[in-house]
Amino acid sequence: MRHPGDPVLALSLRPRRTWRTVKSWLMSVAMAGAFVLISLPLLAILWALFSKGASVAFSHFPAFFTKEIPVVSRRPGPGMGPAILGTLLVTGGATLIAVPLGILGAVYLHEYGGKSRFARLVRFMAMVMTGVPSIVMGLFVYVVWTMKYGYSAFGGALGLACLMLPVVIGSTETMLRLVPNQMREASLALGATKARTILTVVLPAAAPGIISGALLAVARAAGETAPLLFALGAATSYNPHFFDQANTALSVQIFGNAMSSFTAAQDRAWGAALTLVLLTFLVTLVARIFTARFKR
Amino acid sequence: MAVTEPTRPSTPKVAVRVSSPEMVAEATQPVFELDKLEVFYGAFRAVRDVTLSIRQNEITAFIGPSGCGKTTVLRCLNRMNDLIPGARVAGKLTFHGLDLYGPEVSATEVRRRIGMVFQKPNPFPKSIYDNIAFGPRINGIKDRSKLDQIVEKSLRGAALWDEVKDRLSSSALGMSGGQQQRLCIARTIAVEPEVVLMDEPCSALDPIATARVEELMRELKKTYTIVIVTHNMQQAARVSDRTAFFTAELDSKTDQRTGLLVETDATAKIFSNPRDERTENYITGRFG
Repeated sequence: MRHPGDPVLALSLRPRRTWRTVKSWLMSVAMAGAFVLISLPLLAILWALFSKGASVAFSHFPAFFTKEIPVVSRRPGPGMGPAILGTLLVTGGATLIAVPLGILGAVYLHEYGGKSRFARLVRFMAMVMTGVPSIVMGLFVYVVWTMKYGYSAFGGALGLACLMLPVVIGSTETMLRLVPNQMREASLALGATKARTILTVVLPAAAPGIISGALLAVARAAGETAPLLFALGAATSYNPHFFDQANTALSVQIFGNAMSSFTAAQDRAWGAALTLVLLTFLVTLVARIFTARFKR
Repeated sequence: MAVTEPTRPSTPKVAVRVSSPEMVAEATQPVFELDKLEVFYGAFRAVRDVTLSIRQNEITAFIGPSGCGKTTVLRCLNRMNDLIPGARVAGKLTFHGLDLYGPEVSATEVRRRIGMVFQKPNPFPKSIYDNIAFGPRINGIKDRSKLDQIVEKSLRGAALWDEVKDRLSSSALGMSGGQQQRLCIARTIAVEPEVVLMDEPCSALDPIATARVEELMRELKKTYTIVIVTHNMQQAARVSDRTAFFTAELDSKTDQRTGLLVETDATAKIFSNPRDERTENYITGRFG
């Protein structure tokens, strides 16, 4: 017979401290530490941006976002309007070039090319393209486009598109790979053609991922400076023409003004930096909301 | 391997049911005839010596141990094996006398007439309605009221209408496994194929859902010809009219396992008095 007080049969469900539980605890601490370590630089950047940029960007709101850039850079006062428009034009143009091309390329690579020689070559080239430094891409655009046709937002868009293209191809192909084959089979078994299957089943299923991937590329491109330095030229007033005349962008203005010895210009650089971050955040947010609605 | 007429009609685009009333009356009319069919994946011969005929408005079951080529043969019947790189067939496979692998045959056209239900329910990540309407839309039906009719008819045909009629616009992925499989059956019959191929349609379902699908199959065979692959011998015995028993044999020369058809007969005969000893061993549970 068992007795409740019997020490041999006493049941204990209390946690036991073994090497295994200690290891688990240590790992949890290490991960939390890593998270703090990673978020520190991010928080520091945001802190610097807001503390130095907010007063510049938001005094006499919305003057900073609409007024033209002072021609004489030592003069204090707003404006980054032309640079905001320029950034929107250049990144928008780059997106229009790179995203459709990249998605089509990825569809070819994953749905048609597969392991064929040509597809492997294209995939390899895309990988190589990812590794090309942005300044080299800028020089390339300068030589093949800007030297012939002069400064324009389009030249900048070309440079950014070259940088975005491999990223879009890569992320889209990954997303297509995640669409289960059963989905394609289900469609084909109903008598759908391959093209129809891709358009109505595969791409919609992969759409949220494709859009996030493209967005990441857009966000990265929006902050690029090097390819724009060569292609855009310099401008301080609004230039809404996409194919014509020198233009400017936030990243270029940050670079130029931050190098200046005048405090007024440096202040504008901080304001422009904050504007760029907010702009990227806004685009991401809008696209996220869009994707979330699309998913449902 | 003569092709007597092109399978792809120029008009109409909508898949036309090939069966005519006379054909239905003659219950023994063969739909598929396989003669010494072999299937290769690259250099590997996966199946050999498959000779059988599949008859109209009957349920034909393919049974046998794993890796014996049942699914491979089934996937040949609507050319789904085309999707696997390196897959090819040898021997003869005709559909109403037409060579299914003939040069003038479009796999897309074949699949419009020979539908397929897969082992794992694979609804599209769309609404219930859009899942069913997908096939008819491929065939060019855009009229909303007509689509509504087809959706209702197909869901009723798959015994699912009463369960989902109030949530046609909600995602198909929110349904239970059994419902999803019946949705896939509804989606298949929405294009009014002549044949429905089922690849272990109940292996992911519980007994109640299985019973519903089996009941459905008996209902569907009045209109369709059904071929089902199953691991479940009781299921084959319960629902099928005709059973084909496959097995796999090790080729001593190539050291590869190749599937082959052992025998095919009326289901009652296979399960009571099979001709081949291997069949008897399998159905009595002595191997496999």
